[in-house]
Amino acid sequence: MIKTYNIEVDCPNCANKMEAAAAKVSGVKSVSIAFMTLKITVEFCDGADEKAVMKDVLKACRRIDSDCEIQL
Amino acid sequence: MTKKQKKTLFRIIISAALFFGGLLLPLKEIFSLCLFIAAYLIIGYDILIKSVKGIISLQPFDENFLMAVATLGAFALGEYHEGVAVMLLYQIGELFQSYAIGKSRKSISSLMDIRTDFARIEQEGDYKLVSPEEVAVGQIITVFAGEKIPLDGVIISGSADIDSSALTGESAPQPMSENDNVFGGSVNLNGVIKIKTTAAFGDSAVSKILSLVESAASKKSKSENFISRFSRIYTPVVCFCALFIGGVLPLLFALFTKSAPNFAPFVYRALTFLVISCPCAFVISIPLSFFAGIGGAGKAGILIKGANHLEALSKVKHIVFDKTGTVTKGVFKVVGVHHSPLDEAELLNLAALAESGSNHPIATCIKEAAEAHLDTSRVSEIKELGGLGISCIIDGENVLVGNTKLMNEKGISFCECRHFGTTVHVAKSGEYLGHILIRDTVKKEAQKAVLSLKKLGVKTTAMLTGDSETAAKDIADALGFDKACYSLLPHNKVAAVEEMLTEIPKNEKLAFVGDGINDAPVLTRADVGIAMGALGSDAAIEAADIVLMDDNLLKLSKAIRISKKCMGIVMQNTWFAIIIKFLFLILSALGYSNMWFAVFADVGVMILAVLNAIRALRVSSREN
Repeated sequence: MIKTYNIEVDCPNCANKMEAAAAKVSGVKSVSIAFMTLKITVEFCDGADEKAVMKDVLKACRRIDSDCEIQL
Repeated sequence: MTKKQKKTLFRIIISAALFFGGLLLPLKEIFSLCLFIAAYLIIGYDILIKSVKGIISLQPFDENFLMAVATLGAFALGEYHEGVAVMLLYQIGELFQSYAIGKSRKSISSLMDIRTDFARIEQEGDYKLVSPEEVAVGQIITVFAGEKIPLDGVIISGSADIDSSALTGESAPQPMSENDNVFGGSVNLNGVIKIKTTAAFGDSAVSKILSLVESAASKKSKSENFISRFSRIYTPVVCFCALFIGGVLPLLFALFTKSAPNFAPFVYRALTFLVISCPCAFVISIPLSFFAGIGGAGKAGILIKGANHLEALSKVKHIVFDKTGTVTKGVFKVVGVHHSPLDEAELLNLAALAESGSNHPIATCIKEAAEAHLDTSRVSEIKELGGLGISCIIDGENVLVGNTKLMNEKGISFCECRHFGTTVHVAKSGEYLGHILIRDTVKKEAQKAVLSLKKLGVKTTAMLTGDSETAAKDIADALGFDKACYSLLPHNKVAAVEEMLTEIPKNEKLAFVGDGINDAPVLTRADVGIAMGALGSDAAIEAADIVLMDDNLLKLSKAIRISKKCMGIVMQNTWFAIIIKFLFLILSALGYSNMWFAVFADVGVMILAVLNAIRALRVSSREN
């Protein structure tokens, strides 16, 4: 299951750090943040609850930059 | 400008005014200090808040934290105006960065966005403009001259020259009329056409292309991964260096010179280090360059499905072509009439009359080669002899048209053809009249394309085909292929490519070029799978890494040129940024640089990187 969301992130290095942080969230198989298109593409583990996982992903991203937004 | 950017600009102006007030007005020191502090808080409060949050959530070495420490450090050293100025410059740099990136993001996206906002449908005898999303499959839309076609469909009435350059990069307009397929995003140059739509907006070729290009940015290249790994190490390392310079060096110095340690100048150098340790300037340059490269290629009708593929393409040294439909047109053509006592045209007419009832590709091409108007009343009693050919009566005489087997069966002595291709023998009343040679035609640009690939440093070119050895070698020699793999069944193609993959060195890449119709497994197996002429073929777009929207082979060398140029820009940007950073690290370690320069260097590198990346967007129309 792969889904793409819009993400609001200001600096490219934060995007890199968020990518690394989001990859550690449980339920996330792989994740990629494209700074140029402001998109986060998440591949979920089988049977993961997308909404709950994305909440954790957002939390992980906010820890890096508190301004971060993900349109769920 | 976004709201956020406007707010930052406003803060910059206020803070700058206060700063210059404090700097230039003849005030008592305490008042000017107040102005500096006010200026600092206005411009830097968000950074201070974020750095506190960063500490709470255990994210040391984040940029905000580094800037906060550097500027507060400057205040602590009594360099008030320096602390304010650095924060001010940093914010100006950030604002400029976000503005420039937003701008290029927009310009690249709009370059690729070739969708239309409206479709014209007929309702109660009147035209009505609706959004393309609302048009159902099978509905009739009208497109006037000069308008963009909103959706994929079939022309049901009218004719026009259609410019599909936005999709295919092919600049010559194509005349289209009834029953021709048109694609959304192409432009109707002249004439009014009515189109019956064949796809909903979301399924149209142009929407798919756009979503592919958008997701291309999330497939990261090796250089991108390298830089993000590098930046993860870079920042902490520079910070520890700063700690060493500020804390340990003065003590060592004091030890050697046997004097009291003088921390201030070293701490200042250390703070400059912290400013330089922000890695954003080189982190941004790479995705930006790739994005511009992918955008520029898209404009030329070359769809690159990820930065990783663009990078791999630039390293392609071996290219394997599928023959039918890629090197050749996949269309049969009469190439000669041999050993005939009759006139060439006469023999062709005879054969065409015999084949007049058949739709076989061979029959079609013979009919095309013959006269336009055949008097079919001359023919009667047409009999298809399965696997052999045709027997019929023309002008009262028995005519046989078919292969060698047919001639043998009927006991007619014939001449074997020495050329490769398919031979069609013709006999009348038991008398041999010669044969017609038919061949799949090679694309006219094929030889030139192979040559231009060689010029780009491609080491080997190979061709895969199910044809016989002679046929394969003949084409391969004529076009300048280094190698031909012949008599391959479709599933052998994968094995052939796998064998070649084992033979090449690791840093060289192998590309497979096919028309995508039945070579999806090979497309996925090769390092770089390239599908040609794939506009409208979902399977090909799905399986390939790179899609050439039209079937012009010269696009291949163009794609490689684009990828090389883009990779060149990526390399320039990366090394330029890294070198400048290190230069400033050394200069500030030695005390030759200050915080201002460090911030300037950062912003400067970023601006140049952005301008350089935009170069990747420009794709020359040069074919060679």
